[in-house]
Amino acid sequence: MTDLTQTTAARSSIMPQVLPWVIALGFLLVMPLIFTSNSALTIMNQMAMTIIFALAYNMLLGQGGMLSFGHAVYMGVGGFACVHIMNWDAFFGLIPLPVLPIFGGLFGMGLALIVGAFSTRKAGTVFAMISLGVGELIAACSVIIVVFFGGEEGISGDRTYGLPFFGIEFLRQIEVYYLVVFWLMVSAVLMYLWSRTPMGRMANAVRDNPERAEFLGYSARWVRFYSFVASGFFAGIAGGLFAINYEILTEENLNLTQSGAILLVTFLGGAGFFFGPIIGAIVFTLLQTVLSLETELWQLYVGALFVATVMFFPGGLAGLLMLHAPAAKMGRLSHLAGPYAKVLFPGIIGTLALCCLIELTFHLRHASIGDHEMVLFWTTFNTHSPVPWLLFGAIAAGGLWLAKRGAPDMAEAFHEANVMKGAA
Amino acid sequence: MNMAPQLVGYPALELENLHKSFGKAEIIRGVDLSVAAGERHAIIGPNGAGKSTLFNLITARFPATEGKVRLHGTDLAGMAPYEINRLGLSRSFQITNIFPRMSVFENVRCALLWSMGYKYSFWKIVSRSRALTEAAEDILDQINLLNRRELPAGVLSYAEQRALEIGITIAGGADVIMLDEPTAGMSHSETDYIVDLIRKVTENKTLIMVEHDMGVVFGLADRISVLVYGEIIASGTPEDVRADPKVQEAYLGAALEEEH
Repeated sequence: MTDLTQTTAARSSIMPQVLPWVIALGFLLVMPLIFTSNSALTIMNQMAMTIIFALAYNMLLGQGGMLSFGHAVYMGVGGFACVHIMNWDAFFGLIPLPVLPIFGGLFGMGLALIVGAFSTRKAGTVFAMISLGVGELIAACSVIIVVFFGGEEGISGDRTYGLPFFGIEFLRQIEVYYLVVFWLMVSAVLMYLWSRTPMGRMANAVRDNPERAEFLGYSARWVRFYSFVASGFFAGIAGGLFAINYEILTEENLNLTQSGAILLVTFLGGAGFFFGPIIGAIVFTLLQTVLSLETELWQLYVGALFVATVMFFPGGLAGLLMLHAPAAKMGRLSHLAGPYAKVLFPGIIGTLALCCLIELTFHLRHASIGDHEMVLFWTTFNTHSPVPWLLFGAIAAGGLWLAKRGAPDMAEAFHEANVMKGAA
Repeated sequence: MNMAPQLVGYPALELENLHKSFGKAEIIRGVDLSVAAGERHAIIGPNGAGKSTLFNLITARFPATEGKVRLHGTDLAGMAPYEINRLGLSRSFQITNIFPRMSVFENVRCALLWSMGYKYSFWKIVSRSRALTEAAEDILDQINLLNRRELPAGVLSYAEQRALEIGITIAGGADVIMLDEPTAGMSHSETDYIVDLIRKVTENKTLIMVEHDMGVVFGLADRISVLVYGEIIASGTPEDVRADPKVQEAYLGAALEEEH
C-alpha cells in the first residue's frame, strides 16, 4: 500500500519536472528545420553556448551570491585547451569530437580549483575584487604566455581532424549545431539537478546567510568553493563548444568585456530563477547578432535595456514573467491584455522613434561630408532637413505620453488580476 | 535525538576563568560556569552586563582574551562555527537570523542536512529523501509553522521568524542548545508562546539561554546565573537567585537605574 502511494506520488511529481525539458529538447531539434540558413545556425550555436555559460555563471551569482567580474577566463581557458587538443594530432585523432568539451570542462575546473582555493574564502566585495584581479591577470597573460594563448592573434585549430563520430566529421554547421545542442541539454540538466542537491541547497543558504549556515554545520567557504569549481567546469564546457564552433580563440574570449557581458546576460535574464539566464542569453545573443547588423549603436541600446531592467525589474526578465504567474494561475491574463496593449504599443512606438532620433544624431555627426541620406525603417531621410527630426520627435513625445497616460490603468489592472477574489 | 543517559548530570558546557576585553574595556571579567547535561540554564542580567558577549565567546564568534570554554570536555578555542556545531552545539541569534529568501520548509531542511549525513554531496537530490522531508515536517509541526511551509521565510511575522529560528537551531539534533534573547521585542502573549515552545523542543537537551527579563526564565530554567558587569554574582535555582540579596541589590538596582 505504501509502496503504491509512493510510486504514484513520485510519478505525478516527476512528470511536470520532466516536461519542460522535453519541450525544450523538441524545440531545439526542430529549430534548424525552420531556420535553415548558416547564419541562423551560427546564431543558434552562439545562443546555446551563451546559455551554458550564463547558467554556469548563475551558479555563482544567483545561487551562491558570488559576484564575479572575471568568469570569462574559465570559459576561455577551457576553449584554449580544446584548441590545443585539436592541434595535437596524435591525441585528437583518437577521440571523437563530441567528447572534446569534457576536456574544456576539466581545464576550466582545474583553473577554478586553483583560483577558488583562495578567492572563495569570503563572498561579497572581497570575492568580487579577487575575481576582477584574476580575470585581468589571466587576460594579460594572453600576450605574455604566447605558447598557450597565441598572443594577439590567438590560436586556431581544425575540428575535422578528430576521430569520425559514427561517420560524422563535423564539416557542416548543422552537425556542429546538434553537437552543441547535446551539450546544452546535458549541461543544463546537470546544473538544474545540482541546484536540487544538498550542495545546491546549501549554496542558497550560504548566499542568504553565511553565518547561520556555519552554525548548521556547513563551512560557508567550502560550500562556495564547491559551487565555484562546478561553475568553472560548466564554463569550460561552454569554452570547448566555442572552440569547436569557431575553431579559434583569442584574448577577446578572456577579457573583462566578455566577463562583463555574461554578468549582463545573467542579470538581464534574472539571476533569481534557474531559467533566467536562459532568457537572458537568448535575448542578448539576438541583440548582439541581429541588432548589431542594423545599427552600430547596438551596445547603447543593450546598455539602456540593462539599466532599465536593473532599475525597474530587479528580478530580470524571468522575474517579470514570474510576476504574472499568480494571475496566470487564476486565469486572468486576458484581463491584462487590453491595459498592457494601451501602454506597450505607444510605448514601443515612442521608444523606436527616440532611437531614430539617436540614429539621426549619430549619422549627422559621423557620416562623411556630403552624405545627408540615411535609411530608417525602409524609408530614406535627409538628415539635414528638419522634417525627420520633427516627425520622430513628435512620434516619440506622443507615444511616450500615451504610454505614460495608460500606466496607472495598467498598474490597476495588474493589481486587480493578482487580488484573490473574496479576499477583500 | 535523545541524549545518552550516562551523560545526564555530567557537565555539558564548562567556562573557566573566561575574560574578554575590547581594547581597554573589559567586558567579561572572569566567568566560571558549569552547565550539567540535561539542565536548562538561564543567564540573566541587566543591559550591558555582557550577556551577548559571553554568548558569542562560548560559540567562538569572538576569541576569548583569557580562559577556556569546554563542550563535553573538548576545548573550543580556535574552532570554526561549523566545527563547534558538529560537536553538538547549536545557537540562535539575538537578531533574527534565518534564510529570508528560502521557503520556511527549506530553512528547516537545510538545518537538517548535515546531521542527516548529507554533507557536501552533489549526487543526491534532496527532495527525493522521504526521511529528510518527514524530519523537516516534524520540526515544522513542533514550531507550529506547517501551514507556512511554502512561504519565503522573510515574509513571516516577527514571532513566527523567531519560532523558525528556534526550529533551525534544534533541527540539527544538537544536544546543547543556546538561545540568545529568544523573546526580545515580543509582546506578552508572544513571549508566553515562545517560552512554551522552548520548553517543548528542548526536552532532554541542555539549554543555555540569555535573557534580559527574569520573569521569562523563571518557570523555564532549572538554574539561573546572574551576570552583572561581566561577572557572575549568583548562580542557583530560580528561588535561590531571587532570594539572594546580592542579586536584589545589583540586578534590581541596575534595572531600576535603567528605568530612570
